[in-house]
Amino acid sequence: MTQSMLTLPVSGRDHTLGPANAPATLLEYGDYECPHCGAAYPVVEALRERLGDRLRFAYRHFPLSQIHPHAELDAEAAEAAGAQGKFWDMHHALFTHQDALDGAHLMRYAAAIGLDMGAFQRDLETQAYAGRVREDFMSGVRSGVNGTPTFFINGARYEGSHDFATMLEVLNTVVEAAVVEAAVVEAAVAEASRREAVR
Amino acid sequence: MSITPNSPSGSTKTGPLPAGTQAPDFQLSTTPDQRVSLSDFRGQPVILFFYPADWSPVCGDQTALYNELLPEFRRFNAALLGASVDGAWCHLAFAKHRNLHYPLLSDFEPKGQVARTYGVYRAGDGTSERAIFVINSEGVIHWSYLSPIGVNPGADGILNALEELAAQKEPQLEEKK
Repeated sequence: MTQSMLTLPVSGRDHTLGPANAPATLLEYGDYECPHCGAAYPVVEALRERLGDRLRFAYRHFPLSQIHPHAELDAEAAEAAGAQGKFWDMHHALFTHQDALDGAHLMRYAAAIGLDMGAFQRDLETQAYAGRVREDFMSGVRSGVNGTPTFFINGARYEGSHDFATMLEVLNTVVEAAVVEAAVVEAAVAEASRREAVR
Repeated sequence: MSITPNSPSGSTKTGPLPAGTQAPDFQLSTTPDQRVSLSDFRGQPVILFFYPADWSPVCGDQTALYNELLPEFRRFNAALLGASVDGAWCHLAFAKHRNLHYPLLSDFEPKGQVARTYGVYRAGDGTSERAIFVINSEGVIHWSYLSPIGVNPGADGILNALEELAAQKEPQLEEKK
């Protein structure tokens, strides 16, 4: 049964790009070894570039490890890089090298982005972030995520196709609606304080 | 509990058997030389899901998703059973290819008979619907859901149903919390 709403809102626990008060938040549930996620990656990058500060992008892990043998380790590697402040560097490295996602390549990407290799290797060996990855996964399951990539825009599931033009149109609509709503709220607050001042 | 008589000519017009119905027992092949009965699982919750066919892309996502969730289902001591009209050899190849760790039942001969008794057979297509039944430890359907044929229904409904069953079973524990 598919629920249309996100059960775990995007918050400080999440890896995000863009301002926290952006009018639109795009959340992706993804799997680094999933070809559809690989295809969506440049689309998301182009949306981020086009929308700038109007968009906040968040990414959560949804590895289907029984059909994608590297997906779980890759997700944990991104988290281990995140522990060193380099989540997005690893994220970009993985989605631009989907043909080379095994442990040896992870070490290369980790070195290339300047990670403390000892800590990175230890985190992978001890599966330090397996719990975090599972938490992401289960938050997706409880929100009706049934495959990857699944997107949510401001907490509502996005059902459209994953091409740039379609996603941009929907995001623009959400941004405009949020800007109008903010203006209405601002006007109401100004009106209230004006009345207060008159009294 | 009311027991609904099994209608061998049951069609999807009646819809999936609703909550509160005794789940009709069945015996189906899981591999070319193994058969299971629903009654084998008495005493534990059973997740029985029907899907139209092995290999089709949406089913692939659904069977793969449930595969990932086996540890969660195990926490509820629940058994997971998939069912389609595909033959046992087809299931064997599909399960091996997708690395599935739960049984796929072959509702193959007479074709779709179990799907019919559960009200989820598509006579025009000759396959079952995409439908889910969560059956309690006494063999009574606790929750049933019919998904649009092309839509992977996810697992949130299953987990909600299992949580409800767990809460019913141990109300004292819940109260203590």
